Amino acid sequence: MDNLKEKLRQGNKKATARMITMLENNDPKAIEILGDLYRYTGKAKVVGITGPPGAGKSTLTDKLVKILRKEEKTVGIIAVDPTSPFSGGSILGDRIRMNDLAVDPGVFIRSMGTRGHLGGLSKATQGAVKALDLYGMDYIFIETVGVGQSEVDIMKTADTVLMVMVPGLGDDIQAIKAGIMEIGDVFAINKADREGAAKTHREIDNMLDFAETDWRPPVHQVVATQNKGIEELLSAIKDHLAYLNESGEMLNRRIKSSEIEILELIKDRMMQDLLREDEIQRDIKEFSKNVAERRLNPYEASEKVLRKTIKKEAEKYENY
Amino acid sequence: MDKPIRVLVAKPGLDGHDRGAKVIARALRDAGMEVVYTGLRQTPDQIVQTAIQEDVDVLAMSILSGAHNHLLPTIVEKLKKEGVYDEVLVLAGGVIPDDDIQGLKDAGIEAVFTPGTPTGVTVEFIKKNLKK
Ligand code: B12
Ligand SMILES: Nc1nc2c(ncn2[C@@H]2O[C@H](COP(=O)(O)OP(=O)(O)OP(=O)(O)O)[C@@H](O)[C@H]2O)c(=O)[nH]1
Ligand SMILES: [Mg+2]
Repeated sequence: MDNLKEKLRQGNKKATARMITMLENNDPKAIEILGDLYRYTGKAKVVGITGPPGAGKSTLTDKLVKILRKEEKTVGIIAVDPTSPFSGGSILGDRIRMNDLAVDPGVFIRSMGTRGHLGGLSKATQGAVKALDLYGMDYIFIETVGVGQSEVDIMKTADTVLMVMVPGLGDDIQAIKAGIMEIGDVFAINKADREGAAKTHREIDNMLDFAETDWRPPVHQVVATQNKGIEELLSAIKDHLAYLNESGEMLNRRIKSSEIEILELIKDRMMQDLLREDEIQRDIKEFSKNVAERRLNPYEASEKVLRKTIKKEAEKYENY
Repeated sequence: MDKPIRVLVAKPGLDGHDRGAKVIARALRDAGMEVVYTGLRQTPDQIVQTAIQEDVDVLAMSILSGAHNHLLPTIVEKLKKEGVYDEVLVLAGGVIPDDDIQGLKDAGIEAVFTPGTPTGVTVEFIKKNLKK
């Protein structure tokens, strides 16, 4: 295990890949190692790429990363695809658009299934970002699953979020409008070779007019497949990263996301412990019956379970 | 569910036949596996580097072009050179003449699945023969 830690510190590719696997599989050893190495992370610039299914997120990532590679920046890419709720399996196909990058020693691409996690990322994505940070990547790109409207995980994981739209979304824009302002730091209208790009551009601009923030998200029309507008889009992303640093907003964002991360880790732990304890499982089963028959109310039932869990946790730590 | 098997389904060489690869990818997904699919026309180096970055348990290659005797052993050699062959179960399928199968096995391909093999057979084989 110390061996793995040592190798991660040295930026070993296989160790990095294995670390991400262990994180995905909830291996407690991975958490311990990552905890020890946490202080070395936080150097990479983290860019999230989100938007509807098929908008061109992977193709755009490929093109953006190729420019960064010309600038001799190293890049980690995490591409998340949905896991089937029925089989637990998945087909992770984002790499199809990034084939040239596979053999570039300055690029590390990892595909992840959501494994039941809602929100557009997988539970292990934040850990994977740290692993790639340790691997020494200057930039880390995270491609979310194709989002509908409630998948906003990317906000708390990335420094800068690129929202990818396509012409003619029409009603869809209305649908994702609710969350859209808060999510996108930079907007790309991809597939601008198609009809309606200018109209979509206007619609997005109109919406952004309502945002009351210091940073006005820029909107860029691009054609990923023809490499059009990519330089300008990358500049806009860099501008936003610079703005975050200069305004002090970077620290604010990272404080906010750390807070969410801590809360989620607590929640996960509580749930895991809850699910592991036979006694608590039995309680829940028994209470459910009582709740259904109106002999107990669900609020009281959950209170009872919670109290017992906390007591059990406390006992565990006293014996530590 | 906690630890799904990770598989790279790859199409080595200049081979445009992708139906079989897609059928296999879907069958493995439906069996609860995480399948990384990289599309057509992969070079041996692309396949090996992807297998490393994705830390897969299985490398499943589909080849119908007739170039298997050259490509597949090359890929095994590269996996060995990178020190990952001992951890990855390497399989192949597609149009591969019976006469060639033993030679491929001697070269380090664990099993070869030709047309007509039910996908369930492949799923079972993978589950029984994982290296790690
Ligand atoms: C459909 C087909 C095509 C389609 C392909 C469409 C596509 N997108 O896939 C088209 C028309 C494009 C095509 C083109 C050509 N084809 Co063609 N094609 C076929 C055909 C008739 C069926 C292949 C197929 O899709 N089968 C259905 C799928 C589901 O089956 P499968 O791929 O065999 O996969 C199954 C198993 O093999 C196994 N499996 C496959 N891969 C893997 C991988 C793993 C890991 C595992 C576990 C299992 C597994 O599981 C699958 C499900 O059971 C075959 C003949 C045949 N009967 O196989 C010729 C055949 C493959 N083609 C052939 C040739 C020569 C060509 C061309 C060169 C023809 C030409 N001169 O232009 C071109 C080349 C195209 C290219 N760029 O590579 C030859 C290959 C000869 C050889 N290997 O020596 C064949 C064998 C025909 C023949 N008898 O001559 N072809
Ligand atoms: N016309 C046109 N097609 C494009 C453009 N960019 C990408 N595409 C095509 O759109 C399709 C989807 O592209 P991807 O990059 O896979 O899209 P994605 O958003 O990553 O898709 P998911 O990950 O499945 O949500 C592919 O067929 C691309 O070739 C573009 O600028 N113009
Ligand atoms: Mg994609």
